[in-house]
Amino acid sequence: MAESSVISATREGRIGDSVIRPDGMEKVLGEFRFSSDLPMEGALWGATLRSVHPHARIVRLDVSPAWKIPGVVSVITADDVPGRKTYGLIRSDQPVFASDVVRYVGEPIAAVAADHPETCRKALAAIIVEYEVLPPLVDAERAIDGSHAPIHPDGNIFRHQRIVHGDQSVVGDVVVEGTYEMGMQDQAFLGLEAALAIPDPGGAGVELYVATQAMHEDLHQIAQCLALPEDKVRMILAGVGGAFGGREDLSLQVHTCLLALRTGRPVRVHYGREESFVGHIHRHPAKMWMRHHATRDGRLLRVEARFVLDGGAYASTSTAVLVNAVTHAQGPYRCDSALVDGWTVRTNNPPCGAMRGFGVVQACFAHEGQMDKLAAACGLSPVEIRLRNVMRTGDRLITGQVVENVAPVERLIRETDALPLPDEPIGGRDFDPMLLPGGAGLTADPSHIRRGIGWGVAIKNMMYSEGFDDYATARCTLADGVATLKFATAEVGQGFVTIAQQIARTLLGVDEVRLDRIDTSIGSAGSTSASRQTWMSGGAVDLACRRVRERLFEHVGRLWGVDPIRLAVEDISVVDTTDRSRSITVAEASQGQHFEETAEYHHPPTEPLDENGQGDCHTAFAFVAHRAVVDVDPELGLVKVVQIATAQDVGVALNPLSVVGQIEGGIAQGLGLAIMEELVIQDGRIRNASFTDYLLPTFLDMPPVLSTIIEEPDPRAPLGAKGVGEPPCISVTPAIAAAIRDAIGKDLTRVPVRPQDICL
Amino acid sequence: MGEFYSLTVNGRVREVQDAQMGESLLFVLRERLGLLGTKGACEQGECGSCSVMLDGELVCACLVLAVAQSGRDIVTIEGISPAGTATDVQQAFVDAGAVQCGFCTPGLVMAAHALLERTPTPSETEIREELSGNICRCTGYGRLLQAVSEVAVRRSQGGTRNG
Repeated sequence: MAESSVISATREGRIGDSVIRPDGMEKVLGEFRFSSDLPMEGALWGATLRSVHPHARIVRLDVSPAWKIPGVVSVITADDVPGRKTYGLIRSDQPVFASDVVRYVGEPIAAVAADHPETCRKALAAIIVEYEVLPPLVDAERAIDGSHAPIHPDGNIFRHQRIVHGDQSVVGDVVVEGTYEMGMQDQAFLGLEAALAIPDPGGAGVELYVATQAMHEDLHQIAQCLALPEDKVRMILAGVGGAFGGREDLSLQVHTCLLALRTGRPVRVHYGREESFVGHIHRHPAKMWMRHHATRDGRLLRVEARFVLDGGAYASTSTAVLVNAVTHAQGPYRCDSALVDGWTVRTNNPPCGAMRGFGVVQACFAHEGQMDKLAAACGLSPVEIRLRNVMRTGDRLITGQVVENVAPVERLIRETDALPLPDEPIGGRDFDPMLLPGGAGLTADPSHIRRGIGWGVAIKNMMYSEGFDDYATARCTLADGVATLKFATAEVGQGFVTIAQQIARTLLGVDEVRLDRIDTSIGSAGSTSASRQTWMSGGAVDLACRRVRERLFEHVGRLWGVDPIRLAVEDISVVDTTDRSRSITVAEASQGQHFEETAEYHHPPTEPLDENGQGDCHTAFAFVAHRAVVDVDPELGLVKVVQIATAQDVGVALNPLSVVGQIEGGIAQGLGLAIMEELVIQDGRIRNASFTDYLLPTFLDMPPVLSTIIEEPDPRAPLGAKGVGEPPCISVTPAIAAAIRDAIGKDLTRVPVRPQDICL
Repeated sequence: MGEFYSLTVNGRVREVQDAQMGESLLFVLRERLGLLGTKGACEQGECGSCSVMLDGELVCACLVLAVAQSGRDIVTIEGISPAGTATDVQQAFVDAGAVQCGFCTPGLVMAAHALLERTPTPSETEIREELSGNICRCTGYGRLLQAVSEVAVRRSQGGTRNG
């Protein structure tokens, strides 16, 4: 493509504009249909019976009492699964229904379909399950040391990965050591799991409307379990009420389809909040140890680390989460020597998998705690220790991989540092008790409150790793001045639909870009995860639009009798760059025409890690810095986050408004992890599976966020743009923890920081 | 069954047929009356997604027994403005980027209207506090704050609720 065809965005709605969402108006009017908003004449309700024990043998399962309840139409168990009895994103180790052993509280055992949710509840209560309770494995260390018998035929260790890099004899003049712990966070998307399955006549196939992050990943697993060819399972993305990793795995998909196929009627399954908490995977709780070696002037020489991630009962994406954790142990800092050991293990705790940040959140909390320890040991400020070690493009990671992406780490730190600190005193300029730690309770004595400042900086990989070709597909059609895009990219709220339109408008010079239904009638777009859709599906849309533009240029070239290479799209017209007097609007040029192209975008290949954790396993990296200011009441252990400042490496901000939305939203989730969000697990049971007891940041918990978007286009990215979804939630958590340490002078080693960690 | 009771929703009297007596207002609005704009996300009044107006007061529809609301004036997101039109709050949410997944949005629109009725020129802290009963998991509230602040300013300069 001639360079002259790269156009400048002059009209609103193009790349770089803060375009509003195409679905925004429907959403504010309440007209947007989420997966829970699909009533259908004659549809049944489905519901799931779940294990009440973390580990038990099912001695007897009698569903016959449920069948006798008026209104019950079907009851299904593992015996009714026609195909593969298990599923899983990486390993197929999770039963659709448990049949012999249950391995976590909440594991599905049976499902019912009935005329009313209340009938379903009665039917589930009528099913008889007799258990022989087995000793649960709830301590991850016992999975590693082998002191607990295998709780699954595949064993108790999902993966052990070691990294051995550089000179192993290095010892620093300064050595700091620490242990760190992270609790189990939940994605807590607001739109609960819900699906509608409609069977084809005679059970030949099924149509599934569902909220998911990964249409084709779902499809492969569902079709196998149903023993149907993939073209007989037609998936349509229903409105998705947030995801954050929690919709990467299957939950109700197979159950809903099976009930529909069994009954020959449409079936809706909706989880409640408590069921959602047990029905999807969580962020891995982690125990980490790190030892950092440095010169006296603070230059990082060697990192030693040990990670233990509790994966819960089934594999999900644990093996990939572990690789992210161990390969990000050094953080965004140069380091030539490392020894890292990481385990992710099977226990009878709730299964864990993907959540925004995916293993890097855990690593970052530990390495940033270490950088602060190193700063203190070397007599440097938190900013100075980081500046002395910043990673740059061309540096080698502890995996041996060279960072080829733009890596503006120094600039991120300096730009964040340049943002103003809050000038309000404790309680605000007009002293409002609502702004004190503890807020309206008037619990804190302002004279006792201490303010602290903390830092966090992160590196995050984007796209899938270790040799996985997670390509994306998109189709572009141009006819009569209107572009239409088709893809299976899950829009979960992040705004891919907005930037897809921007790309097409910019490349094709059209104003109207229609979005076709998101379903599986086109090739895979991969999952909406790993900060990958802007790059991957954006790359596919970009490619498809460019090919259509070639077709348009060929057509116009023929009309004008000129070489198409002379043509370019400028604003809304095709112009001849050699004879600029000649131009035709795209609308006119495409009148009566139909240009259609489908494109697949593949990122450069990666490779697996060897036994020493060496290999070019990651596709690309993005960076971010955070500074947190907190007020702490040391007597009651209460924290008020006063301000977050951040600078984020985005490559190109395709839609600055969307970027800010991702930054602020990610920070809220990182703040939650820092001071309030934790699924409390006791003997394998979640003790707080409700929004009353699992605390999420409210409007009042969120401080002002000062953000600087750093645009250094990445030549490796199809649009110069990096993914922006995950970085915001990664280093803000350690920044807040560091600020609390700074305020009270205590060595806090665990997030979320609880009141007792501060005041006892 | 065959029994029915009636509810006054968005200015219309609606008959609720064949309902079970224990159904929440949220369930009845959505499943019996087809008003799907009101969302359910926690079932215990913690997240505000199901916010509706009941005799002019903001309530969580998940906590209210439907059958007990006969004769009361219920306004849902569908009734906050004439069909197909947006209020100033709704337009501001769209323009300010206050919508991502959108699941909390109808509840927040209701709550923002209630706030601005009660406190036409709220401070930042008042906005944060008054809307703290509505959980948004996507936005971090920054764009929501911007949207509500802008509406308050516009109204104080003579702008009207319905544009």
